[in-house]
Amino acid sequence: MAATSLLETTDEAVAGIEDGSTILVGGFGLAGMPFDLIDALIRQGAKDLTIVANNAGNAEVGLAALLKAGRVRKILCSFPRQVDSYVFDELYRDGKIELEVVPQGNLAERMRAAGAGIGAFFCPTAVGTPLAEGKEQRTIDGREYILEYPIKGDYALISAHQSDRMGNLVYRKTARNFGPVMATAAATTIVQVDEIVETGTLDPEAVVTPSIYVDRVVQVEARHYTVQGAR
Amino acid sequence: MTTPTVSEHLDRGPLSMDELAEVIARDIPAGSFVNLGIGQPTKIADHLPAELGVVLHTENGMLGMGRKAEGDEVDADLTNAGKVPVIETPGCSYFHHADSFAMMRGGHLDVCVLGAFQVSATGDLANWSTGKPGDIPAVGGAMDLALGAKDVFVMMTLFTKSGDAKLIEACTMPLTGVGCVSRIYTDYGVFDLSPQGASVRETYGISVAELAERLPITLL
Repeated sequence: MAATSLLETTDEAVAGIEDGSTILVGGFGLAGMPFDLIDALIRQGAKDLTIVANNAGNAEVGLAALLKAGRVRKILCSFPRQVDSYVFDELYRDGKIELEVVPQGNLAERMRAAGAGIGAFFCPTAVGTPLAEGKEQRTIDGREYILEYPIKGDYALISAHQSDRMGNLVYRKTARNFGPVMATAAATTIVQVDEIVETGTLDPEAVVTPSIYVDRVVQVEARHYTVQGAR
Repeated sequence: MTTPTVSEHLDRGPLSMDELAEVIARDIPAGSFVNLGIGQPTKIADHLPAELGVVLHTENGMLGMGRKAEGDEVDADLTNAGKVPVIETPGCSYFHHADSFAMMRGGHLDVCVLGAFQVSATGDLANWSTGKPGDIPAVGGAMDLALGAKDVFVMMTLFTKSGDAKLIEACTMPLTGVGCVSRIYTDYGVFDLSPQGASVRETYGISVAELAERLPITLL
């Protein structure tokens, strides 16, 4: 794989994303959501997308705006229903979007497995629940486990705090969430950062995502939102 | 059969949710790593003094989570599992989602306190879906948390608003986990659960005998 590309605009960063792609989208609620890359993806026009994300959008920004634009065929997430997920709720009730609910830890671990070259793994989460129906179960050392398969993305859209010019990433606080795992699990990882710094200025001990996982980086004006009505 | 160690608090009514939070906090060992579920269990944090050294875990990637952020402290990059802005405490750390859930699943957390719709006498938990048609399913971290600590406690009212018991023989709602709850804290009393069934530890505003009458299970 070639060196990480540093791009001038978010439009360049999302260029070439094909209709029908599976896209891993970072963020937990609105913390860590790559708002600018998603806005660029809406302009870019790719449709019939499968989205993998923890939530199904908040209010009408970021992922919710992509859903509202009618570009998403299916979403895999752990927690679609939130105080401000009305865009998703309506699409779902109208049968306009397919939903696969995945326990949050399995969502993360299935992407980790994809990035780590693991073919499948046995996990105790969801044993005996409706979310284990139809899945292979095995007793190992007296405990029950369910067979889970990796989730691989064609693209990952994530946000980080800083990148150096090689694409080494550091994150900020709980906005890190799914970013490092998604970066490993996609064929092409696209990152928006608050700041691009000179190579050699990030403490190598503090780098969270090494540049090998990063394909495209674009610097954006930091935009932050909090979930309204969260309690 | 009533064991002599049950303490009946008959000079008072059932516990309020704040009092219940205080009762649970009393049972959280000093220095333990604890996850408090979204909703009522977050109240427990108000009753854990800093000198106890309890470290709070939040599923979205942090140990050492502090209280809710106020005013200028609000930072959109720092929230709890309910997406509410919070603050750091000295010695806190951040990690990604796969690590956060490996920490639960791997049995590294000491205590997890969750809310519940229903719990069975043998510790089955139902807390993610009412199973009503038209409800949008959303599980979040509930199934991971249900087996995510050495001790999984439930904090809930013992009866629904219409008076139905929530501690029952077998859950009628979709399960979150099987045999995963070891103790439940309710407004009327505290119960230990095991594969053999439920036993009472203490009661509030009700006698063990009355409790046994109002619950559809046989207490050990």
